[in-house]
Amino acid sequence: MDKVQNNKAWFLVLPVLVLVAFSAVIPLMTVVNYSVQDTFGNNVFFWEGLGWFQEVLTSKQVHSAFGRQLMFSGIILAIQIPLGIAIALCMPKKGFWASVCLVLMALPLLVPWNVVGTIWQILGRADIGLLGYVLDALNINFNYSRNAIHAWIIVVTMDVWHWTSLVALLAYAGLQSIPQAYYQAAKIDQASRWKVFRYIELPKMQGVLLIAILLRFMDSFMIYTEPFVVTGGGPGTATSFLSIDLVKLALGQFDLGPAAAFSIMYFLVILLVSWVFYTVMTNLDKAEGR
Amino acid sequence: MNLNWMAWTGPTAIFFIVIACLLLIFTVLGIKYPETPRRGILTIETTRGDRLFITLLGSAFINAGWLALSGLPQWWALGICAIYAVAVFRWV
Repeated sequence: MDKVQNNKAWFLVLPVLVLVAFSAVIPLMTVVNYSVQDTFGNNVFFWEGLGWFQEVLTSKQVHSAFGRQLMFSGIILAIQIPLGIAIALCMPKKGFWASVCLVLMALPLLVPWNVVGTIWQILGRADIGLLGYVLDALNINFNYSRNAIHAWIIVVTMDVWHWTSLVALLAYAGLQSIPQAYYQAAKIDQASRWKVFRYIELPKMQGVLLIAILLRFMDSFMIYTEPFVVTGGGPGTATSFLSIDLVKLALGQFDLGPAAAFSIMYFLVILLVSWVFYTVMTNLDKAEGR
Repeated sequence: MNLNWMAWTGPTAIFFIVIACLLLIFTVLGIKYPETPRRGILTIETTRGDRLFITLLGSAFINAGWLALSGLPQWWALGICAIYAVAVFRWV
């Protein structure tokens, strides 16, 4: 059969291409240009070569921020993914309460980042915040602005509060799409609850869970607003994640060169991780289609 | 058009021109010689474009690693990248 070859529809993508060029490609090129130069403002630049990259790649400060960032992403994934699945399993499958659950779960997702930060910043304070006040009354000396571990606890709890629903909603959607016949077959075989989860629900949720992990990883890897509002990256540098360090460098000190080199390395890591996730996801789809 | 604000330099311009040319060449190749994806040592299906992407991204990390660890001239890293590129296009 002769198929008509007509690729003119590609021209419809042009407006998006122009938009992306202005919002992403041109700024990215500018950042690359900055990364090999030094400036004292006034649009006057001096050639610096690879110096900034060397500085960033060998800087202890950047290394430790990278470590903290990985640890943060690891911790929140380790909490949010199992917790999200557990919540999805406990949610009612249909009826009035299913809708109520869905709406309640979606609420934290609708709150803007800086508001989430402010909520938790106040909640944790011993003088006016409920959580801080209760902990104080229980004789627990909770102070996230002095104690690094407390700062981590509040930042991680905040992220779990904000984003676990996303994982839960995705997992819930995955669960809903499993045909009833699978459960009936399991029942006939007298499969235990764990076996049903392990061999039916988990494999069927694999796709959406990968998306959930990808989304949560990316978001947590780029997190800025919430820790900035709550702890400001402190105490010391305990919760200074990559983006907080980067903004300090770029806007606080106006060191455009080092900041540009920093962002390019940051970008490369994100690009690598996204590519790995994307490849795994598309290959899973193909494996399922076969 | 005034591009001063973008702070262009010769080397970065060459860098982007090379990448643009690569994309152009691979687009033309893709139209002239259509291909089927193949499976290499990574056990994932890759097309020419995928392999180019893997090459470029890998080269970026090779260069970064070289800069951070070796202390030798950066040009040598390009040699490693070339070997890496050949390997990727041959086996991935």
